[in-house]
Parts: sequence; structure tokens; C-alpha cells
Amino acid sequence: EQVTVDVLDHLEHLALVDFRNAEGVERLRKAVQFADQLHEVNTEGIEPMDSVLEDRCLYLRDDDVTEGNCTKELLENAREKIEEYFVAPPGNIPLPKLEERETFLQRS
Amino acid sequence: LASWVPVVGLEIHAQISSNSKLFSGSQVQFAAPPNSLVSFFDASLPGTLPVLNRRCVEAAVMTGLALNCSINKKSLFDRKHYFYADLPAGYQITQQRVPIAVNGSLSYSLCIDNKMSQMVTKTVRIKQIQLEQDSGKSLHDDARSQTLVDLNRAGVGLMEVVMEPDMCCGEEAAAAVRELQLILQTLGSSQAVMAEGQLRVDANVSVHHPGEPYGVRTEVKNINSIRFLAKAVDYEIQRQIEELENGGTILNETRAFDSKLGCTIPMRDKEGKQDYRFMPEPNLPPLILYDAKSLPVNMNHQQVVNIDWIRERLPDLPSVKRAKLVELYGILPEHSFTLLNEDGLAEYFENVVKQTQMKPKKVIGWILNDLLSYLKQHALPVKESPVSSFLLADLLNLLERREISSSAAKQVFEELWKGEGKTPLEIVKEKKLELIQDQKELEKVCQEVIDRQEDEVIMMVLG
Repeated sequence: EQVTVDVLDHLEHLALVDFRNAEGVERLRKAVQFADQLHEVNTEGIEPMDSVLEDRCLYLRDDDVTEGNCTKELLENAREKIEEYFVAPPGNIPLPKLEERETFLQRS
Repeated sequence: LASWVPVVGLEIHAQISSNSKLFSGSQVQFAAPPNSLVSFFDASLPGTLPVLNRRCVEAAVMTGLALNCSINKKSLFDRKHYFYADLPAGYQITQQRVPIAVNGSLSYSLCIDNKMSQMVTKTVRIKQIQLEQDSGKSLHDDARSQTLVDLNRAGVGLMEVVMEPDMCCGEEAAAAVRELQLILQTLGSSQAVMAEGQLRVDANVSVHHPGEPYGVRTEVKNINSIRFLAKAVDYEIQRQIEELENGGTILNETRAFDSKLGCTIPMRDKEGKQDYRFMPEPNLPPLILYDAKSLPVNMNHQQVVNIDWIRERLPDLPSVKRAKLVELYGILPEHSFTLLNEDGLAEYFENVVKQTQMKPKKVIGWILNDLLSYLKQHALPVKESPVSSFLLADLLNLLERREISSSAAKQVFEELWKGEGKTPLEIVKEKKLELIQDQKELEKVCQEVIDRQEDEVIMMVLG
């Protein structure tokens, strides 16, 4: 239905997730189906809630310098580094197009 | 030949002037050792959470009020997702649904035909102001096919100011941004120095025929100064007109301004239209602001941002300062613009006026013609002027009391500029520039001249 190959391919590009196999896709379809039950609730005239935190107070911090200066620790995580810079590829490496990828989605 | 209507809108990112970042306690500072101003949250290490900096909220409220916006007492934070090496979390925290301020306006002035004496006031609508995080910096090393990433800037607070497409050319865009820059600097909410990346401008440009719908727009980035902003916008308008007149089409794309070539070029293909998958930021409740009426009684002061309290403490904005200068000193409106355009010049002028008997209307000439041109020639800011306001006032007093002529005064000014520590009076005596007031002495000098040039005098008398 809504969960078409195009949508799955689009999601794989955007989020770099890998649906891997039919079971992964089926799990997604079931999740969408489960969430669709919300449509049965009449929400006319009711403000949407987008966070369970909506009644909480947003804490405001004072503008003081309390963190930082941990270059060495941060760089420990880096696979490649040059003189305290993280090293990354020259640009984003996009996921190859569907036709060029080895993915089970092609056979869907 | 049909006429074209160019349409220009702007998205301006101003770095908030604060000690620490928007959602973390690491320091905000230009040019520090790479990755030294980065907290675990900025590096997006798992288990870290955003904590909102109160100062950033106040800066955004101040700016919203100065731009005549409605301040949203409840605003929300969202995540904008995209992948890039300098965005470690894979998303930016911004305010897409309900920003902190909306529906404002900014008035700015333009000179008609480059004549300062004919100024016209224009207005641009401010669509909104939102709080958001800055990204880190990518240094591209094409030679070694790699990018070096410095996260010092990642998480610094930004105010994005969106200006509606009410402008029509480079000059208007530049004037609007200049005025915004002055306002931000006056408020102190941002130092807005473009050269240090504290103020970044992207222009949205399109053209259409009068009466027809708006054309396809392009986004122009990589504009590093107000001067280049005008150039980039005007180039893009011309490019679009030429393309359309040659039967071509305009692509809805992002283009970069190349300042060396003076043109815009398409940026590296961003994989088609971006889908940012906006979603509410789950770790931040709504941001609630208060005013005098809604102020909660039992809440900790430090947790309350009171819009009215901030409004009462807003400094005089540039437009108000200019009007006051004109009213107080009788100078022309265009003079007030120049005074505010140079950092410290208005204060300098007022200091001179305080210390001299010369009328402000005459003093202004010395400030704008003499002082300013010397400063420009030597590329000095006002605060580094070798001639202090005290010395200039001293000089102008000599002139006002007719102890020297105005041409002599200009000579003294040139001498003062050398900064050798001499007072105007000392220079006058040294160079014998005093005006002779005594009648008898004047007669003596004239007689001497006549005596020395007897032949010429005889010729003159004979006609």
C-alpha cells in the first residue's frame, strides 16, 4: 500500500537504514498498521500533543563556560585524525541508486 | 522589450554574542585551537542532552522586539535532519514549526542616484526569527581528497532572520543588511562581523514580468561581505534575465558567489531536493516566555524570561539615535547616517561639540570631511585616531575665536595627525600661523609689501 519500494528506497537514502530483507520490511508495515489505529480517535478541535514533556518547564542555564577543553578525549574516538582535526571524506558519499545497489529491494 | 521585476529575499544567520553555546556549556570563541571548545554534547556523544542557554533566549527576544516582531510566548524546537561531516548528530536543532518571533519589519534608507542628499526610506518585512544551532567547520583539502572537521563552532547559538522578498536589487539588500548589522551591534545580541562569520547572508533571487506570478528562484550562498552581497544579487538578477530572454529556464538550485570572478556558479549537486524530515525535538519542552501580566508569582527569577523587562531595557536603536542627533545638533539626516556608519564617530562628534564653542553645524564639516577622510586614507578606525576629540575641539576653538584662518586650521590639523604630541596652539606658534588682529600691525605689514614692490605699485596706480 503506502509502503512501496520507492518509499523504502527513499528512506534508505535519507536515514541510511538497511531494511535488509522481507522480514525488516514486514516489521515496518506492521508498525505503520499499528500506528494507523490512532486514526480511529476523534481529535476534532483538540490541540495535537507532540511531546509528553509539554507540561514540563524548560530549564534555562546560566551563560557560563563549564565544558570543553577535552580535545584529546574526543579525538580518541576518531578513526583518522590530523593535528587535532577529525578527518572525513571530501564530501557526502551518496548511497548508490537502487539499480546499482545489491539490495533485496530490487527483487521486490 | 518587456520589463522585468526582480525579487530578492534574504536569510540571515547571526551568531549570538554569548559566553557559551546554545545547548551546552562550551565556550564561544573565534580562532581557538581545533576541537578545544567542544563538549561531549557538541560532539554528539550518546547519552548527552541539550540544555538551553538563557542568554541566547534573551538575545533573540531583544532582536525580535527591535525588529517590531510579535514574540511567541510559546515556541518549539525541532530537528532538521541531513548528513554532513560537520554536523555530528546528523540533525540540527532549530525552530521550524513555531519560532520565537514572527511578523516584524525593518526600515532602512537608500541614497537615490548615489546622492547622499536624497535619501528614501524603505521597509522590508521580517517573516520570523528562530533560534538554531550552528554547525562545525569543514576545511576542504582537495589535494588529499579529504575534509578536516573542527567542531568548535558546532552548537554555537544562531538567530536566523528571514526577510520577505520585498527587495528588488543588490543595493536594497545591502542597505537592509547594513541596518540589521547596526541594530544587532547596538543591542549587543550579535557582534555581526561578517568577516568572522558572525553574520552570514543567503539571497533568494527570482525575476518575473509585471503582473505575472513570481519566477523560479535560486539561492545564492558564499557571500562574505555587504559589498559582495550587492554584487552577487545584481549579477544573479542579470543572469536570470539573460537566460530567460534567450529562451532558457531557471533551475531551482543553490548557487555559490565567486568573488574573484564576480559571478554565481551552481554548487555541487546536493542529490536533488532535500527532505529534512522535520520532527519535534523530543528532549526539549516548549519554550515559555512571560510578560508583566503573565509573570508567575512563585517561580525562580533565573528561570523566567520577561519580555516586558527586556523591552524596557532596549537601548536606542540606530534610527532613534540618528533622529536625536539631527534634532539636538541641527545636522542633516545624511550626516547622521555617516556618523552612525563608522564605529565611534558619533561619540567623537558629540565629545568635540561638548568641548568647543563652534556650532555643531560647523563641527560636523570637520568630522565628516577632514577627520573621516584622513581616517579612511590611513584605514584607521575612529578609536585609533591620532587626533583625539580633545585636540580637535582645541583647534576648532582657535578657529572660532579667529586666532587662525580656516586654511591655517587645516594645516594645523595635518600637523596634529602626525601624532607628535603637540597641542594646536604650539603648532600655530611654531609655524607662525596666527591671524594678525592688530590694525596698526596690519598697516605695517601692508606698507612693507608696498615698499618692497615699488615698481608694481606704480604700475597699478597708473592703471
